[in-house]
Amino acid sequence: MSQTVNIPGTIMLDGPMATKGYPLNKMCYSFNNAAARNEFKEDEEAYYEKFKLTEDQRDAMRKRDVIAMLEAGGSIYYLAKFAGLLGLSVQDVGGLQTGMSTEEFKAFLVKQGEV
Amino acid sequence: MAKLLGGIATSHIPAIGVAMDQGLEETPYWKEFFEAYPPVRDWLYTQEPDIAIIFYNDHGLEFFHDRKPTFAIGAAEQYENADEGWGIAEIPPVTGETELSWHIVNHLIEHDFDITVCQEMKVDHGLTVPLTLMWPGHKYGHVKVIPVAINCERHPMPKPSRSYAFGKAIGDAVRSFAGDQKVVVMGTGGLSHQLDGQRAGFINKPFDLYCMEKIVDEPELLTRYSNYELVEEAGAQGVELNMWLAMRGALEGEGKLKELHRSYHLPISNTGAGLQLLATNSAR
Repeated sequence: MSQTVNIPGTIMLDGPMATKGYPLNKMCYSFNNAAARNEFKEDEEAYYEKFKLTEDQRDAMRKRDVIAMLEAGGSIYYLAKFAGLLGLSVQDVGGLQTGMSTEEFKAFLVKQGEV
Repeated sequence: MAKLLGGIATSHIPAIGVAMDQGLEETPYWKEFFEAYPPVRDWLYTQEPDIAIIFYNDHGLEFFHDRKPTFAIGAAEQYENADEGWGIAEIPPVTGETELSWHIVNHLIEHDFDITVCQEMKVDHGLTVPLTLMWPGHKYGHVKVIPVAINCERHPMPKPSRSYAFGKAIGDAVRSFAGDQKVVVMGTGGLSHQLDGQRAGFINKPFDLYCMEKIVDEPELLTRYSNYELVEEAGAQGVELNMWLAMRGALEGEGKLKELHRSYHLPISNTGAGLQLLATNSAR
């Protein structure tokens, strides 16, 4: 499979990215568990350390920067669990990544039906 | 011989499960979406399938990157749902089945699909939302479910042509199973959507409609796409079309199919949501 394919605005989660993202994704996978979610909320920094996140991953998490999380190898399926922990909807996350407000993002979704 | 009655393709968006839980089906946002389902439910009620083979993808409940199968099948008496981390309510256990599962496994290995077999596995919204949509009120306990998971998350993932061939092998296995069980296959997920990146929110309605048209009689027009091409046409998670293709593949060899339902609604959450029902000649 070609690694040169470039679709603007799309960060492909392939093998090398999954290798880079492993600690971040593993941490987010743990959020399936309510006790883990609480542990994270109590001390985020300790939780980053527990999963040995890279400095880039910690920085992206601290800033709640979803694009930076993806660039650090995050998989949206696991990042969604983090978004859920923060109480964000899928549309909130869409807005955060595209620079739109949630309402603008929702309107953008509706607009694509008008073709 | 076991009989394949037909195939159903449906979206499995988590928000659907949340909406059903909260009784929002009649609200303006949801009304049109849910109105599409009764004809398909009625068909299932009439056909009385014993077994449902459900192609879905796990979104990080059962499988993590430490050991993520490309294709996996369940062979268990029961499957549990569990907390997915972001608030979809858990549903009661899903009834499983082992005899046809093992028969399928044998057939797959014999035909060069070296599949992962799970004698215990948790099933996530990819499977539970379609199940709840088909049998609302958690009235699915009488149907024996065979979960079949396809990796749609981390590249490399199975090619559309391969997903189709995989489904075909499963259909062949069903037809060679001694018994009088009635079986339906379900392809879940899709259609176009992208959750991640600056391109988040991308939906391609014309492409979705094209897929729903071609999957009936010309699935080979869809199986020639690569997954990268699907990402381009249908968004990063549009690769879930692979589950629809596996469903359609299972019906290959059933002759001319009768399309009994096709509907499409967008947006549901970030997605173009499709529903389609293809019946075989074995259906009443």
